[in-house]
Amino acid sequence: MNFAIRSLLEVQETSLLVAQAARRLFRRPSYITEMLAQMDVIGVGSLPIIFLTGFFTGGVLTLQTFPTLKSYGAQDQTGYLVALSLVRELGPVLTALMVTGRVGSAISAELGSMVVSQQIDAMRALGTDPVRKLVAPRLLALLLMMPLLTVTADVFGIIGGGTVATMLYGMAPETFVSSVRFGITSNDLIGGILKPLVFGLIIGSISCQKGLGTDGGTVGVGRSTTSAVVTASIVVIIADFFLAKALQVILDMPK
Amino acid sequence: MATTDTEIDRTNPPEVDGQVSNEAADSTFAEVENEDRALPAIEFQDVHLSFDGRKILDGLSFKVMKGECKIILGGSGGGKSTTIKLVLGLLKPDSGRIIVNGDDITDYSEAEMMHVRKRFGMIFQEGALFDSISVYDNVAYRLHEQGVPEDEVEQEVRRMLRFVNLEDAIDKMPAELSGGMRRRVGIARALVGGPEIVMFDEPTAGLDPPTARTICELAIKLRDLEDVSSIFVTHEMNNIEYITGEYAAVGDDGEVIFEAEGKNLCLINTKILMLRDGNIIFSGTDEQIKKTEDPYIKKFLRGR
Repeated sequence: MNFAIRSLLEVQETSLLVAQAARRLFRRPSYITEMLAQMDVIGVGSLPIIFLTGFFTGGVLTLQTFPTLKSYGAQDQTGYLVALSLVRELGPVLTALMVTGRVGSAISAELGSMVVSQQIDAMRALGTDPVRKLVAPRLLALLLMMPLLTVTADVFGIIGGGTVATMLYGMAPETFVSSVRFGITSNDLIGGILKPLVFGLIIGSISCQKGLGTDGGTVGVGRSTTSAVVTASIVVIIADFFLAKALQVILDMPK
Repeated sequence: MATTDTEIDRTNPPEVDGQVSNEAADSTFAEVENEDRALPAIEFQDVHLSFDGRKILDGLSFKVMKGECKIILGGSGGGKSTTIKLVLGLLKPDSGRIIVNGDDITDYSEAEMMHVRKRFGMIFQEGALFDSISVYDNVAYRLHEQGVPEDEVEQEVRRMLRFVNLEDAIDKMPAELSGGMRRRVGIARALVGGPEIVMFDEPTAGLDPPTARTICELAIKLRDLEDVSSIFVTHEMNNIEYITGEYAAVGDDGEVIFEAEGKNLCLINTKILMLRDGNIIFSGTDEQIKKTEDPYIKKFLRGR
């Protein structure tokens, strides 16, 4: 089977898995406790890394752009530039990549180990649908948590940028804050929230599909985990480009 | 070439010799004599299955009657575990029919199979316990899914753990248990809810002889005291000795006792099916398999 056919098959399997999960989401018994537990693991558990990623990305943005803007005499716009980069691009993408590394790998490894130790078969033999019990709560938790984590990354990024601007370059905090406030539009915010929703779906569906498709024992678990992280990261970056273009058209932003 | 049970019945003499055995059979089935026992619990009709061009099952046909224990023997890769997975609908055959309690389940959807599986118990090779939850939650799994009240759940879990002699381990996590204990918990979990059909997938592989013996005793108890139909996949000869040679009864003091079949009684509710490369190469009783002249079977039984 060549690469193109294999990729197409994987896209088909992943889409089918998402469709199954969506259909079974509202059937009884509901797994709300399972979903809340996943929201805790995915959301609350990822806060420290999102905080650090956001803060230092914002900081380095200021570090790199302030001198350039200063040479044009536009250093007052640093806050605008940092906030715009974060809200539109870096916040959603970096959050997605961090969550892929932390949560996507964990989901894939957990489901993969369950497959090779026959726990998935045992679950089916006991009359439980693994898609409803395992996949649906994880997908939904990711969909709900990704926008929240992205907003957190944006906020801490802007704080990081502001800290560097005021502490290293002696900028007045009010100047930084007002350039952020007057620079960012509601369309930027809408785009910045819609993207992580799609990224959450991508990360969840790919890692669940890779995990459930594990074969070949413990080596297979390693293989499917690596594959889940690599595939989800690449798909997130590719999807980001097309989403950015689509949002420009839909929200009528400057092209 | 595949052989069906009917063909074998014609070529082999009936396993039961004499009046005594029929009486024994009558007494074994006395409680349930009104049930329609002529209907097989599981029936395979010319089932074929292959993976990536390799034939796993090549026209498998057999029946497991109600209350019968069918021991499936065979070397690794002979299609034994696959057969069990087909009964549960975890795999689907390429062709042929699979009938459970008179219902053709071959084309059942996953949702329909979920209902059928409620009547099954499955014991996996390594126990396949859910390692993120305790022994209690593992055994209670099916009841929790059905939303049974907690006090009833606890009662049933304790009863099942007593059945496998593991009540002390109720609060432990699966990682803290030994291999034999994990499998016994697996058995307790499979038996919650009183399944009509139980499948054992090499339950004694890699266990020490006394633990293996305990697991065989559980299978005998299920067969003789609970009237459960079962498929027991194994490649260990002492398992066959135990299951085909002993029966369980309740003694005068209420304790379960195991007695060897002797001159007075011959177990007719246990049969052996031997698979090789997805074909049935033997079907009959333990007495018949010991007398067989087939060189492969002789080598398999004696190890040389």
